[in-house]
Amino acid sequence: MISRRDFLKITAFTSLLGLGGAFTINALEKESGQKVLQDIKAMKGKRWAMVIDTRKFKTEQDFEKVIKACHKAHNVPEIINPLHEVKWIWTDDYEHSFAGTAEEYISEEIKHRKFLLLCNHCDNAPCVRVCPVKATFKRADGITMQDMHRCIGCKFCMAGCPYGARNYNFLPPRDYIKELNPEYPTRTIGVVEKCTFCNERIDKGLLPYCVEASEGKIVFGDLFDTKSEIRKVLSENIVIRRKVELGTQPMVFYII
Amino acid sequence: MYDGWKIILGLVVFVIIVTLPFTMSIGKTYVQPKPSIDTPEIQKMEKKQCIESKQYMREAHIKLLYSWKDYATREGKRVYIASDGKQYNISLQNTCMKCHSNKEKFCDECHNYVSVKPYCWDCHIEPKVGGLK
Amino acid sequence: MLDLALKGKPRYWIWVSFLITMILIGFICWMREHHIGAAFTTGLSRDVTWGFHVGQLTFFVGVAASAVLVVLPYYFHNYKTFGRLAVIGEFLAVGCVLIAMLSVFVIMGQPSRVWNVLLHATPHSIIFWDMVVLITYLSLNLLCGWTVLHAEKKSAPPPKWIKPFIYWAILWAPSIHTVTAFLYAGLPGRPHWMTALQAAHFLATAFAAGPSLLIILSMIIRKVSKFDPGQQAINKLAEIATYALIIHLFFIGLEFFTAFYSQIPDHMKSLIYLYYGLEGHEKLVPWMAISTLLAFVGLIIFIFPPLRKWNVTKLIAAVCIFFSIWMDKGFAFVVSGFIPNPFDRVTEAWIALNEFLVAAGVWSVGALVITVLYKIAITVKEKSVFDKYGQKQIVD
Repeated sequence: MISRRDFLKITAFTSLLGLGGAFTINALEKESGQKVLQDIKAMKGKRWAMVIDTRKFKTEQDFEKVIKACHKAHNVPEIINPLHEVKWIWTDDYEHSFAGTAEEYISEEIKHRKFLLLCNHCDNAPCVRVCPVKATFKRADGITMQDMHRCIGCKFCMAGCPYGARNYNFLPPRDYIKELNPEYPTRTIGVVEKCTFCNERIDKGLLPYCVEASEGKIVFGDLFDTKSEIRKVLSENIVIRRKVELGTQPMVFYII
Repeated sequence: MYDGWKIILGLVVFVIIVTLPFTMSIGKTYVQPKPSIDTPEIQKMEKKQCIESKQYMREAHIKLLYSWKDYATREGKRVYIASDGKQYNISLQNTCMKCHSNKEKFCDECHNYVSVKPYCWDCHIEPKVGGLK
Repeated sequence: MLDLALKGKPRYWIWVSFLITMILIGFICWMREHHIGAAFTTGLSRDVTWGFHVGQLTFFVGVAASAVLVVLPYYFHNYKTFGRLAVIGEFLAVGCVLIAMLSVFVIMGQPSRVWNVLLHATPHSIIFWDMVVLITYLSLNLLCGWTVLHAEKKSAPPPKWIKPFIYWAILWAPSIHTVTAFLYAGLPGRPHWMTALQAAHFLATAFAAGPSLLIILSMIIRKVSKFDPGQQAINKLAEIATYALIIHLFFIGLEFFTAFYSQIPDHMKSLIYLYYGLEGHEKLVPWMAISTLLAFVGLIIFIFPPLRKWNVTKLIAAVCIFFSIWMDKGFAFVVSGFIPNPFDRVTEAWIALNEFLVAAGVWSVGALVITVLYKIAITVKEKSVFDKYGQKQIVD
C-alpha cells in the first residue's frame, strides 16, 4: 500500500512533466507557397556609418529640420522635462558632446558650434553585450537595432551606453505626441527606444530621414565599400568621434 | 465531522465560485460576433480577399503576425509572398489595417467576444474608424 | 513542518498581518507605476536609470551570500559553535535572495515579458547569469535548510545525499555576489563602477552586513523564544564582521588613492560628488557622511574589548554597520555611477515615496518568508535543545 506522502510526491512530479508538453511552438504554419523575402530595393551594405559635416550646419533651422524629420516620422514624444525626455537625435555644444577630450584652446567658433548627437551604432556596442533578451542586437549590416517588442525595460542597456543615446519611456508616450504618423508605431511606457538608423527605410532602399532632411550635410554610407561616398569623405577630411578610447568603435564621425 | 461547519462552509463557497460563469450569464443572450468587412478599401476591391484564405486567417492570423514581427524587426525582411504568389509589405499598420480600417467593427468584434486583449495596440496605431456603416 | 508556522502567540500574528499589509501596499504601488509611468513613481531619470531598487538587489544579494560565513566553518571545518546557526543562516539567505529577485522584477518596465530572459537566453548578458545563479542559490538553500531541519526534528542525522548540495551552496555563495558585481564592473561608460576590485569589495561589505544582520536576528530570536543560537556564535559573528568592515574601509581607501593619485577626472568626479559635492550638487553628501560615521561607530565598538563586552553595545554596533553598508551599497553606490553623465553634467536622483513603498513591500515579502521559516526552525530547535526532562541543555 503506497503511503499518502509518496502518492503526493509522485502526483506532483508527473504533473510537472505534463506542463512541459503544454508549450506550443510559434512557427509560421506553412501554407504552400508562403515566403518571406528581403525587399529587392533594400539598401545593401555591410557596415552603415554616418559622417556629419558640422561646418555646414549654420542656422537653428538646419538642426530643427533634421531633428523634426526624425521625431515626427517616428512618433517620438515631446516631453519638456529633461529628466524624462525622449530624443533620438538632438544637439549639444562642443564641450559636452566630446566631454573629456574637448580641446580647451580650440577656436571660439567651434566651441559655440552645435553638434548633432544620436546613437553611434557602435561596432563593439556595450548595449548589445548587456541586453538579457537580445532586444538590442547588431544587424548583419551594422545597425544596432532596437526590438521594442522584446524589450523588458530593465534599463541595463541605458547603464551600458557611454553616449547617453538611449531613452526609457518614463511616461505614456502617446500623451505627448501632437501629430501621430499613422505609418509608424509609437512605443508604450516601460520600453527603451533610440535611433535605429531608419532600418525600416533602409530595408526599402531609402536613406534615413535625418540624412534626407540635411540636404547633403550628413553623408550616410557603407564603410566596407571602398568606392562609397562616405569613404571618400573620410579620406579627404579630418574627423573626430566621441569617446573612441572606450573601444566601442562608434560609427558616427564629425568633420569639424 | 470534526470541524464540520468549516468543511461544509468551504464546500459551499467552492461550489458558488466554480458555478459563477453559469450563474452570471443567466438572462444574457448569445450574440454571435459579426466582424464587418465594410470598409472603403475593401469595397473597392473586385475580389474581396485577404492575403490568405479566410479560414487560414481565422485560425492563424496571430501566428502570422508573430512571425511577421520578427521577420521585419529582427531580420529586415519586409516582403511577404502569399500562397497565391501575390506580394505584400510586412506591416500591421500599413498592410492589414489599410484594408481593415474599421478595427472596432472587425478586430474588436471577435476579440471582445472571447475576451482577448492583444497588446499590439499599445504601440501600433489603430486606424481612424472607417467603413461605410 | 509548515504547520509549525500556523501556531503562534498573538504577537506573531500581529507581525505577520503587518507584513501582509505592507506587501499589499507595495503591490498596489507597483501596479500604479505601470499605469501612470515611472516618471511619477520613481526618482529616476534619463540620466540616472538605476536607483533604489537595483541598490536593494545589490545589497541583499550580499547578505544572502554571507550565509556562507556560517555554513562553511560548520560543514567544512566542523566548527561546532555555528551548529545552531547554520539553518538560521540558510533561511536568511532564502529570504534575502527573494528580496533581491523581486527587487529586479519591480524595476522592469514590461514585467509580463520577463520570460523573455529564459526564452531568449543570452549568455553574454550578466542579467541572464544573475537570474540563473539566484534561482539556483534560492533552491539550494531552501533544500539544504529544510532537509537538515527536518532531520533535526526527527532527532536523526541529516541524510547523506544532502552533503553535495550543501557543498554546492557553499561554493555557489561567492559566485552570486561576483555576478552581481559584474553587472557594474564591465560597463565602459561608467568609470566609477569600472574597477577590478568591485567583486572583492562587494564581498567585503556583504561579509560585514550579513553577520551584523545575523547578530540582530539572533538577539531577537533569544528574546522571543526559548531557543538560543549561542553567545559564542554571536561573538564569532561580531569578529567576522569586524574584519570584513576593516577590509571594506581599506578598499574605500584604495579607491580614493587610485582616483586622486592618478588625477584622472572620470575616476575622481563620482567620489567628489559623493563626499563633497560636484558643481553645487550635494544631495548625497549628508547621506554618505552618516554612512561613514555609522561605519566608524560600529568599528570602534567592535574593535575595543571594553566596548564590545555587553550585548547591548554589540547590537548597536551591528545596527550601525548594517545601515552604514545599506546606505552605501543600497543607494549611493548605484546612483553615483551615473554622476556625472556621459556629457559631464550632473543629474541627481532621490527616492520617491511610491518607490520606497514598493521596496517596503519587497522587504516585507522577504521578512514574511524569513518569519515563517524561522518560526518552523525555532519550534523544531527549541524541542531539540531541551532534554527529555524539559531542562535546557547547557551548551555554552
